[in-house]
Amino acid sequence: MTDATTQMADRRPTRRRRRRAGTAHIVVFLAPALLIYTIFSIYPLVESLRLSLFDGLDDGSAVWTGLGNYARLLFDSNWSVRFWNALWNNLILFFIHMVVQNPLGLLLAALLSLAPRFGGAYRTLIFVPTLLSVVIVGFVWELILSPLWGVAEGMLSAVGLGFLYAPWLGLEDSALTAVSLISVWQYVGIPMMLIYAALLSIPDELLDAARVDGLSGWWIFWKVKLPLILPTLGIVAILTYIGNFTSAFDLIYSIQGVLGPPDYSTDIMGTLMFRTFFGQQTQIGDIYMGATVASMMFFVILVGVTIYLVGVQRRLTRYEM
Amino acid sequence: MKHLLMKTTAGAALCLLGGTAVAQEVTLTVESWRSEDQAIWDNTLIPAFEESHPDIKIDFTPTAPTEYNAALNARLEGGTAGDIITCRSFDGSLPLYNKGQLADITDLEGLENFPDFAKAAWSTDDGANTFCVPMASVIHGFIYNREAFDELGLEEPETVDEFFAVLDAIKEDGTYIPLAMGSADQWEAATMAYTNIGPNYWKGEEGRQALIDGEAKFTDEEFVAPYEQMVRWTDYMGSAYQAQSYSDSQNLFTLGRAAIYPAGSWEISGFTEQAFFEMGAFPPPVQAEGDTCYISDHTDIGIGMNGNTEHPEAAREFLNWVASPEFAELYTNALPGFFSLSNAEFEIENPLAQEFMSFRDNCESTVRVASQILSRGEPNLWNEMWVLSANVLNESTSPEEAGQQLQDGLASWYEPQQN
Amino acid sequence: MTDTPDTSRSRRGRSKSWGTAATVHAVLLGYTIIALFPVIVVILNSFKNRRGIFTEPLALPGPETFSLEGYSTVLSEGSFLLYYGNSLIVTVVSLFLILLLGAMAAHALSEYRFRLNGILSVYMILGIMVPIRLGTVAILQLMVQLDLVNTLVSLIFVYTAQGLPIAVFILTEFMRTLSRDIKDCARVDGLSEYRIFFEVVLPLVRPVLATVAVFSMIPIWNDLWFPLILASSDATKTVTLGVQQFIGQYTVNWSAVLASLSIAILPVLVLYAIFSRQLISGITSGAVKG
Repeated sequence: MTDATTQMADRRPTRRRRRRAGTAHIVVFLAPALLIYTIFSIYPLVESLRLSLFDGLDDGSAVWTGLGNYARLLFDSNWSVRFWNALWNNLILFFIHMVVQNPLGLLLAALLSLAPRFGGAYRTLIFVPTLLSVVIVGFVWELILSPLWGVAEGMLSAVGLGFLYAPWLGLEDSALTAVSLISVWQYVGIPMMLIYAALLSIPDELLDAARVDGLSGWWIFWKVKLPLILPTLGIVAILTYIGNFTSAFDLIYSIQGVLGPPDYSTDIMGTLMFRTFFGQQTQIGDIYMGATVASMMFFVILVGVTIYLVGVQRRLTRYEM
Repeated sequence: MKHLLMKTTAGAALCLLGGTAVAQEVTLTVESWRSEDQAIWDNTLIPAFEESHPDIKIDFTPTAPTEYNAALNARLEGGTAGDIITCRSFDGSLPLYNKGQLADITDLEGLENFPDFAKAAWSTDDGANTFCVPMASVIHGFIYNREAFDELGLEEPETVDEFFAVLDAIKEDGTYIPLAMGSADQWEAATMAYTNIGPNYWKGEEGRQALIDGEAKFTDEEFVAPYEQMVRWTDYMGSAYQAQSYSDSQNLFTLGRAAIYPAGSWEISGFTEQAFFEMGAFPPPVQAEGDTCYISDHTDIGIGMNGNTEHPEAAREFLNWVASPEFAELYTNALPGFFSLSNAEFEIENPLAQEFMSFRDNCESTVRVASQILSRGEPNLWNEMWVLSANVLNESTSPEEAGQQLQDGLASWYEPQQN
Repeated sequence: MTDTPDTSRSRRGRSKSWGTAATVHAVLLGYTIIALFPVIVVILNSFKNRRGIFTEPLALPGPETFSLEGYSTVLSEGSFLLYYGNSLIVTVVSLFLILLLGAMAAHALSEYRFRLNGILSVYMILGIMVPIRLGTVAILQLMVQLDLVNTLVSLIFVYTAQGLPIAVFILTEFMRTLSRDIKDCARVDGLSEYRIFFEVVLPLVRPVLATVAVFSMIPIWNDLWFPLILASSDATKTVTLGVQQFIGQYTVNWSAVLASLSIAILPVLVLYAIFSRQLISGITSGAVKG
C-alpha cells in the first residue's frame, strides 16, 4: 500500500512512455479473446435478441412485431403472471444466497486464514461439492430429502427431531428455500476461495502493525481485514447476482424440472425462458417469445450490474487506494 | 451471414450429389426420447431390419425424455437432426410438419396397415395428410401386487366404492402403502390420475369431442368429479407424497412396499424385470356397477422422417418396415406395454400386457383429453393440467378451482369455448 | 507489498489460545462433514444391492447387502473411459485458452490507455450477463457451417467464449491493483511489452489464475447442454452426458445409477486432490509476493 500521492505522481511519466510503444501489442493482446468471444458468444446472443422483435408464423417464417412480444410478456396476463412470479423467485434466490452463502463463505475463509492445523484438508474437502455436476447434486439431494429413502427423516429422528421432517422439495412454502440451500451447499466453496485468497494477500506488515497497536484478533478482522477485502466481497456479490439468473437454472432444472413445481413456486427466469424457448411436451417451443424472456433477463441483469459498477464498485476502489 | 449461408447450402448440395453417386450404404440416424429402449433397438429391432435391408444401417440415438423436445428442436433448426424422428402425438408433432421439418408420408404403402383413429394422431386436422407412422399406444389402469391382494383376501375392484373399500382394507392392515403415487413430478398426477380415471366420468371420446366443439366445459360436473376422487386418494398415498417423485413411486411399488400403482402400460417391461412378486391389473373403476367403462388408450408414439433428410428413399424404406406386421410383433413383444396400433394380428406373450390388452374388449378407448387441438394456445392446456392436477393432490387448489382455471385458460384463446 | 518472512503466520498460529483453536476446528470440521456427507452416501450405497440401498441407506455394505452388480452393469454398458478422455480434452484445452487469452485481454484493458478501452471493457463483461445457451440455435447453425458438429473442437470454442468474460472481469479487477512500479522498472530495463506480460505480470497474477481456473473448470466439466446439442455422438460424448443418459436408461436400477455417479465423481476428486496442492501453493506464494 503505497501512499496515494506517490502513486499519482508515478503515473504521469509512465503514460507518456506507454504511448510511445505503439498499439500493435494491444491488438495482439486483445484480438484472440475478442475474436472467439464475438463469434461464439456475442453473435449468437445478438441473433437471439434480434428474434425477440419478431413473431413466428405457422409455416416457420417470421414477421416483424417491434416491441409486441415485450408488451405480451409484461401485460398479457397469461405471460405476465409467470414473468413476475419468476422474477420474484429469482430475487428470493439471490437474497438467500446473500444472507446464507456469502456470510458462510466469509466465515469459513476467515477461519481458514487463521492457518489452523489441517487447514489445507478442510479447504480441499469443503470445495468438493462445487466440483460436482448438477446431475449428481440434484440426484443425491433428492434421495436424501426423499420421504422414501428416509435419510433426512431418519437422521432427524435419531436426534429426536423427527417431527421437523417435511417433504420440503414438494411443498410450496419450502421448495424454493430448499433448492436455494442445496445451491448454497454446492457453491459456498466459490466465495470461500475468493475471500480466502483476498485475506491471504493482505500484507503481513499491516497486520503486525495493528497487533503492535494492541488490537485483538476480532478487532483486526473488523477494522483492518474486512475493509481491505471489500472489493472482493463486491465481486462475490455481483457474481452471486448473475449466477442466480444463469447457473441456478441447471440445479432447479435437474431437481424440479422445467415447470418449477409445485405450482410454479420454484419457477425462475431460467426455467421460464427454457420452456418458452424450447417447448415441453405438447407446448411447442417459441423461439421468439423465448428470446423475449431471455432479453428481459439480460436487462434485469444489466440493471443490477450497472448499480454495482456505478454505485458500489467505484466507492470500493477509492477506499482501497 | 447470409452470404456464408448460401455458400454452405451450395456445398451441401454438392455433397449430396456426390454422396448418392458413390455411396452404396447409407446410415439412418433415429431420434427418440426412449433411452430405455436402446438395448431393444440394438439387439432386436435393428438386426432384424438390417438382415432384410443389408444396404441400410440404422443408428438409434435417443435423448432423455426431459430434453427430447428442446434438443430435437435445436437440431432441426440447426439442420443436424437425424433422418428418422420419433413423433409425439397430435399437437406434439403437427407444428413440425407445418414447418416442413417432418415429411409428408401420406402415400406410404405401409400406412394401409393402420386404422384411421391411429393415423389421426399424426395427421392434419382434416385428415388429408399423414406425417408419422403410428407405432404404439399406451393404456392406463392400475397395476397391483397380487400377492398382497391374496394375503389380504382382496379382489379387483370394479366400482369406485369397491376401489375405496380395497384401499381402506389395505390401509387398515398397515403392511402396505395403499397407493404408490406422488405429486412431485406433476405429469404423474395429470397422466396417471386425472386422465386415467377421468374418461369414466366424461364418457371418453364423447366428453373430449364436446370440449373441442365447445359444448362442454371443464367446470362441468364430469370434469370436476375426477379431481374430487383424487382428493380422496391422498389419504391412501404415502406420507410426504408431495416430494415423492416418479421413480420413487416406481421403487415403492416394485420393492413390494405399496399395493396399488396407478399406471401406464409402459411400466410393464420394467416392472416385470424388477418386481419379485406376481402382478395383476384392473381398469379404472366405474361409478356404478354395469356402467360402460372407458380407458385412456393413448396413441403415444409414432415415427416419421426428417423433411430435410439426405436419404429420403432409405428413410421411406425403413418407415415401411416399421409399418409392417413383422415390426408390430417384434416391437410389442420386446416392449410389452407399448401396444402396436397395426391391424396385424399376433400373440402377446407377457401376461400383464395381455391383461391390459383385454381392457380393450370391455371398455371404450379414448385419448388424453388435452392432447388434440385444445393444447394449441397459450396458456398450454396440458401444462396447466399437470400443475393443477398436482395442486389438487397437494390440496392447494380445490377441484372446483382447478376446473375453473382450466376453463378460463382454454376460453381465453379457444373460440368454440368463448360463448 | 514487500517480502515478509513466512514465519509471522506460523507464529500467529502458535500464539492462539487453545479454546479458539477448538472452536475453529469444530466449525470447519462440522461444515466439512456437511459438505462430504451426500458424496459419501452415494459412494457407500453404490456398493450395495437394491434391497440394501432402500432398507438401510446409511449402513455400511454388509455381507448380505454388498454387491458390485451396479459397477458390472455400468462397465459392461457404457464406454466411460472414452467419455473421460473427451471430458478431459475439452476441459483442459478450453481452460488453457481461457486463461491465456483472458489474461492477455485483461492485461491490455488494465494496463494500457487507448480510445476503445472503456467500451471494450464493458463489451467483454456483457457475456457474463447472458447465458450463452440462449444463442444455441445460432451456435448450432454456425457449427454446421464450419463443419464442426460432433467434434470436440466445437465444444472447446463455445466453452472458451463462455469462460472468457468472467476470466477477463476477475483478472482485470486484480491487475488494476497491481503496483505499476515493477512494470515500469521492467520497461526502463528495455523489456518488450510481451516479455513484461509473460515474465512480470503473469507470475504476479498466478494465484488469481489458479482461482479463475478452478471456477471456469466447473461449468465446463459439468455442462450437459452443449454436449447434447453439439457433440452427442458416441465418439464425442462427455462424462456428464454419458451419466445423464445412463440414469435415463436405468431409472429403477439404483445400484447401477449410483455406481455410474460414483464413477463420475471419483476422477474429479482425484484430479482435484492433485490440482488443489498446486492451487493452494499458487495462492499462498502469490500472497506473499503480492
